[in-house]
Amino acid sequence: MTGERYGLAVVGAGPAGIAAALEAGDAGLRVALVDAAPQAGGQFYRQPAPGLRARRPGALHHAWGTWRRLRGRLEAHIEAGRVTHLPGCQVWCLEPGFTLHTLEAGAIGADGVVLATGGYEKVLPFPGWTLPGVVTAGGAQAMLKGGLVLPGRTVVVAGTGPLLLPVAAGLAAAGARVAALAEAADPRDLLRHATAVPLGKAVEGAVYAARLARHGIRVRWRHTVVAAHGVDRVEAVTLAGPDGARRRVACDALAVGHGLLPHTDLAGSFEVDAEQRTPTPGVWAAGEVTGVGGAELALAEGEIAGRSAAARLRGREPDPAAWATAARRRERLRRFAAVLDAVYRLPGDWAESAVTDDTVVCRCEEVPASAVREAVRDLGAGDLRTVKLLTRAGMGWCQGRVCGPGVAAVAGCPFTDPGRPLARPVPLGLLAGQADEEEEREQP
Amino acid sequence: MVVGAGMVGAACALHAAAAGLRTVLVDRGPVAGGTTGAGEGNLLVSDKEPGPELGLALLSARLWQGLTERHKLGATAEYEAKGGLVVASGEEGLRALLDFAAAQRRSGVEAVPVPADGLHELEPRLAEGLAGGVHYPQDAQVQPALAAARLVRAARDLGAEARFGTTVTAVLRTPDGAVRGVRTDRGDIHAPAVVNAAGTWGGEVAALAGVRLPVLPRRGFVLVTEPLPARTVRHKVYAADYVADVASDSADLQTSAVVEATAAGPVLIGASRERVGFDRTFSLPVVRRLAAQALALFPVLRDVATLRAYTGFRPYLPDHLPAIGPDPRAPGLHHACGHEGAGIGLAPATGHLIAQCLTGVRPDLDLTPFRPDRFTAEEATP
Repeated sequence: MTGERYGLAVVGAGPAGIAAALEAGDAGLRVALVDAAPQAGGQFYRQPAPGLRARRPGALHHAWGTWRRLRGRLEAHIEAGRVTHLPGCQVWCLEPGFTLHTLEAGAIGADGVVLATGGYEKVLPFPGWTLPGVVTAGGAQAMLKGGLVLPGRTVVVAGTGPLLLPVAAGLAAAGARVAALAEAADPRDLLRHATAVPLGKAVEGAVYAARLARHGIRVRWRHTVVAAHGVDRVEAVTLAGPDGARRRVACDALAVGHGLLPHTDLAGSFEVDAEQRTPTPGVWAAGEVTGVGGAELALAEGEIAGRSAAARLRGREPDPAAWATAARRRERLRRFAAVLDAVYRLPGDWAESAVTDDTVVCRCEEVPASAVREAVRDLGAGDLRTVKLLTRAGMGWCQGRVCGPGVAAVAGCPFTDPGRPLARPVPLGLLAGQADEEEEREQP
Repeated sequence: MVVGAGMVGAACALHAAAAGLRTVLVDRGPVAGGTTGAGEGNLLVSDKEPGPELGLALLSARLWQGLTERHKLGATAEYEAKGGLVVASGEEGLRALLDFAAAQRRSGVEAVPVPADGLHELEPRLAEGLAGGVHYPQDAQVQPALAAARLVRAARDLGAEARFGTTVTAVLRTPDGAVRGVRTDRGDIHAPAVVNAAGTWGGEVAALAGVRLPVLPRRGFVLVTEPLPARTVRHKVYAADYVADVASDSADLQTSAVVEATAAGPVLIGASRERVGFDRTFSLPVVRRLAAQALALFPVLRDVATLRAYTGFRPYLPDHLPAIGPDPRAPGLHHACGHEGAGIGLAPATGHLIAQCLTGVRPDLDLTPFRPDRFTAEEATP
């Protein structure tokens, strides 16, 4: 048990969390930066493990210069003792007051909390999605950025969302053959909203398009993956086009993703105000946890949260003028995020058309789509919670984090994130406080 | 017409439909959306002291067996006649437990004393050093949401109609005060008999009919572990203090862990009792106590991961007995609510007795202790 008390605890060391910690540290607060990963940077600035001795880690990254500046400032704060970085530390409960209970470092006390827990990937079910060789788009990127490995030699990238382009480009640059890039969205929708696309984002998109073209990869718009085939491992996928035409593409890996969801386990769903404050006094939130919008938006929100927290936790009224630039960036990027949200969608009927009755929708509990449909049709389930109670879908290790959106879609009910007061599986002994007591006895 | 599609409402609808009555079941949410979906599925006789509730529990235990055979609840709702094991840690507690069990036996409960050296034969992973216990073969377990859903399904097969997502907004009365149906947000439903099976929210439904029924919530948390190998925990196991907690009038927190495995593998650890209104806020101190008590019974669970905690509200009435039967203050209105933490277990008997009332048959049990108008004005004012 660390037993330390901090002015501010920041949960998550991705772009939002780092930005918040830097601002609060600049203002003189003692900050704990608690993160589950072994290195700061989050998903966006994920780096190869030091043991891999990558020569040019930046080659796999976008905005590496920004990261170098952030990392430099963070290292200076850590050195000066203003920010304490606690990597490899999973928070399993946030208690009012505040106490952050961690699996690895006991309880951490803090006067205020910034939640920067990021997002996690949404993957919707289809026949064959549980085959080895099927990975999430973000997972493929993490393998590449963090482990410098490819998920396969011939990869199909599919799903929907702005993540697919950099994933495909990254895989191709690292030597994989990208057999197809299937994006469910309609590019005409993007054009319709062209005025809301910031210039920087348009340039970014064009850069990826050029990189893909260089590798001979064409984006198949309005195509969805409807099945993965194989026995021991994925051997091919079937893509369906807008006209209903299906084509089989051979591959040995499928990287599939359907966007990101906020990681709201610790506090449930909430909205933030202009200062990034949640409805719980003393708790701020920044980045994907407040609504998915990308690393640049996360940086802006983290900066605002950190500045607001630094002022308010010392009893001062913050001056919004101090973060006017970040606020303008935030407004622009949120508008853009709303556009992406509207554009990157699956066809409305995908659940009925792609998810066969025998498709496993909940992997932990091995619940087929037919059981979910039966619960709704015959047993009176009308929402995700009842579907879970009647089918066990979402009761396993992932607690519905992976399968929730897919089960909701198959059930035809809205996806609601319940929040999870136990944000991580906790050993009963630790929950009972026995581990803490023992350590206290050992170190009186 | 039955209001509330939890376990009790499901049983009422099934028994009414089986008795040949045209039956409509309404709920503002889905099936098992309230206390039923937040419970553990305890079908206990072991925790009931001799008296009217034990009579209800024994009748229910018999009816559960019949329901299970008829509707295959073993396969579809994880019904398991696993028996209960109540243990005492010290000699004093054991003496009280054995006295309690002797009184229960006189009322028809199977309660078999187990000496300290016999505990591990029944429950090999139990802690060492316990003073002894009592084995209750009649205790059973069911997955409550599935059981309710299956009984609703069975009622529908008998011709009952179920309307989910339908909120009752008023109880319709004739000029002479008799109940003649309900108004819902989706239209009126006419019926000469309305059964209030709204559980924790039963007081609100009673109020719509102009009568007072002081049902209040008592919050409970339940912990769920990762799936464990079959037969790690074989019975419903709990410490003897549980019985005192159930009967307690204190508003304060009581915890006494009941530990049981489920068919799917996870072990359930319940349940705390607190009177804090309808407050769903997670409470770590409560959950910590439950965990510690479970470990006192089963130290072997120390490294087992807790996957989630859930909370629900038990509906209780001031004397801890449910309200079952016709309400003389509003002819046609029947109550079937306020079962506190025992509604799953007591549901079949409740449904059976309500159906007897509705069809003019003399009820198998004397309903006087469960009269809905038994409370004084003072008691009825929370």
